[in-house]
Amino acid sequence: MIENHISLLLVVIPLIAAPIAAILPWGRASWMLTLVVTSACFVLAGLQLWAVVHNGAISYELGGWAPPWGIEYRIDALNALVALIVSAIAAITVPYALLSAEKEIPKQQIPLFYSAFLLCFAGLLGITQTGDIFNVFVFLEISSLSSYALISLGQRRQALTSAYQYLIMGTLGATFFLIGVGLIYAQTGTLNMMDLAQRLPEVTSLKTVHTGFAFIMIGFALKLALFPLHLWLPNAYTYAPTVITVFLAATATKVALYVMLRILFTVFPDGFVSVTPTGDLFLLSGIAGVLTASVYAIYQMNVKRLLAYSSVAQIGYMAMGIGFASFKGVTATIIHLFNHALMKGALFMAVGAIIYRIGACRMDNIEGLGRQMPWTFGAIVIAGLSLIGVPGTAGFISKWYLVLAALEQQAWLSVGVILFGSLLAVVYMGKVIEALYFKPASEANLSVKEAPILLLAPTWVLVFANIYFGLNAEFTVGIAEHAARALGVAAK
Amino acid sequence: MIDIIIDITLLAFLAITAVAIVRLTNLLAIVMLFGIFSFLSATLFVVMDAVDVAFTEAAVGAGISTVLMLATIALTKDHEEKKYSSHRPWLPLAVVIATGAALVYGTLDIPAFGDPESPAQKHVATYYIEKAMPETGVPNIVTAVLASYRGYDTLGEVVVILTAGIAVLLLIGDNCPKSIARNHMQEGLKGKEIAHNLILRIASKTLIPLIILFALYVQFHGDYGPGGGFQAGVIMSSAIILYALVYGLDGAERVIPSTILRLLASLGVIIYAGVGVVTLLLGGNYLDYSVLADTQIAGQHLGILLVELGVGMTVFSIMLIIFFAFAGRGRP
Repeated sequence: MIENHISLLLVVIPLIAAPIAAILPWGRASWMLTLVVTSACFVLAGLQLWAVVHNGAISYELGGWAPPWGIEYRIDALNALVALIVSAIAAITVPYALLSAEKEIPKQQIPLFYSAFLLCFAGLLGITQTGDIFNVFVFLEISSLSSYALISLGQRRQALTSAYQYLIMGTLGATFFLIGVGLIYAQTGTLNMMDLAQRLPEVTSLKTVHTGFAFIMIGFALKLALFPLHLWLPNAYTYAPTVITVFLAATATKVALYVMLRILFTVFPDGFVSVTPTGDLFLLSGIAGVLTASVYAIYQMNVKRLLAYSSVAQIGYMAMGIGFASFKGVTATIIHLFNHALMKGALFMAVGAIIYRIGACRMDNIEGLGRQMPWTFGAIVIAGLSLIGVPGTAGFISKWYLVLAALEQQAWLSVGVILFGSLLAVVYMGKVIEALYFKPASEANLSVKEAPILLLAPTWVLVFANIYFGLNAEFTVGIAEHAARALGVAAK
Repeated sequence: MIDIIIDITLLAFLAITAVAIVRLTNLLAIVMLFGIFSFLSATLFVVMDAVDVAFTEAAVGAGISTVLMLATIALTKDHEEKKYSSHRPWLPLAVVIATGAALVYGTLDIPAFGDPESPAQKHVATYYIEKAMPETGVPNIVTAVLASYRGYDTLGEVVVILTAGIAVLLLIGDNCPKSIARNHMQEGLKGKEIAHNLILRIASKTLIPLIILFALYVQFHGDYGPGGGFQAGVIMSSAIILYALVYGLDGAERVIPSTILRLLASLGVIIYAGVGVVTLLLGGNYLDYSVLADTQIAGQHLGILLVELGVGMTVFSIMLIIFFAFAGRGRP
């Protein structure tokens, strides 16, 4: 029975677990439930990806109503991969959360904290799994509302203002998306993505459809924090509780990017991106994002904020891949989507380990800690190398495919930007490593011990993943090509 | 013709209200205008024959959110402080104008409202109109679409409500350490004038049973007329809020303790999602109510009844949780 319902269970299990976690009296019990649920989802997402790759796309009719009358879950290689990323990161984050959340979240709030975490998790998976464009909006609301609340739980008072800023920007994004869906519904009469794909080619010349498309893109560009709509992201990532930063940085933007890819290439007819200025705008925003955000990252004094700006830059690379509007470009975007989750997850976890020990992560607080916390330092170095794109790490594979995609179109400027962006990453990661290792430790830092194993083990799982997927690119590249084909991008 | 005059009048009022909201600095007046704005929108929905939407807008927009905003004002201040900020208005103005222009551009070739030949009427809508009654046995097509054809969306919406409640509890719940502001609302609610006002006490005593009865009617009559769990939950919670306003928070919390509310809120979602699990176990797809009973119609009926009950429970308890969280802030 289970095999027919995998794609559904993946969303419904955390959805049912969330209200249960909210009424459990002990924080540890909620944590246990969250651990079991996220691990189960990780296994299910793995099975789902295997099933999709071997047996083709899955369609699940919710309520037993055939699409387009009812809501459909439709899974191909791309959303199966994104669902796997989301649930894998969740399953790795939850063990890490036990100590980190107990330190940062007031004890009596812990059951509700895990409940909100599960809601965010279910929301992100719901967006990923669905084949219905309005259902995307509903689950987007679930994941957004819960992430605003989770971000506001950070220890500093700025957490409240940054959550509020994100709430305003995120709500604007969701509203824009809804307006876009409404306009497109007016010209097609359907909400099912496959049905839209069939009905849209006839009406793509209409002003309503163009406007609807623009509203949907801007809406998700806000959620994705695509340059220059990224202003909410650095604050939100800096002040959120560590666990939430890890989880959101590695998953939320990936899911937003997935929706963009799906709408650009599956829902709208092939070639719409290159006929309209969409592709060029993505390329422009990507280039500007990589350069500006990387330079901003260099000047940050807070390590979390530095990494947040780096995230904006990495989103820029993914946007460039979309901008090429080619099979190679989209493949590179999907590869980087996967790899970036691994590197940013590892980096934010390692920085979280430092925060766990000294309660801060400003450049002047962390001086000399590298020698006191060798495993944490090692994780930052390796994940940092991956972020830069050094051969032997996952980041290299991303950059390599992105450069290949640029070369294919003889976009020399883009090639230059990608390489220069890596140089800027060397500078900002170098700053962190210099502070950690080459600066003399202050009196207070000399007595700091290595982080507990419960924080280090999840971090190093991601660090090893960075190395493994750097040496063995077969899985990532294979799935990404499969996914790009499933999206409907014509292979040249 | 008369339709056009009504539309123009309502839209003009809407615009005037919006401008007034922007211009005023007295927050109490602004909240009242927000209520009027919602009522005008609800009237517009009625003109468009969308009575279910109008009902929700009236209950949620004009009703409960006005109460919640008043509770917020009681916690903060009742006037807006004009600050001379360094913000330049030009960029926001440009963005707003561009967005407005884009919307106008987008509606240039949109089909006319109610055009029977438009795609919105000819594709899925036709199916619902023809098949909803024979397939689900529910005369109100809106309920059939909401609770059955797109029942999974509605499950998602109920979870959104639960998420909002959890978010409020996390931020300003009972045991929230961040609460710093002491509120005057409590004294206001306990204030001698209200509690000892005979007319208010007797009027509310008469009204509360009627409100509850009406809520139950809306809850269980949603299959046949406008209404359903969302509206019923809001109306039911307004009865308790009225009680709290007249007799004080402590009395209301004795009627429904907050631990029970939390349980009810979770239980509502569990009932809705649980109906889906039962249909899975009976061999159907998730939320396929047809397998719940011997005939498809009976199954659909039972399923819709149960999920609407779940919706009502969650909406009712979350509205109260949010109200108590605001109104009870800073209590000893």
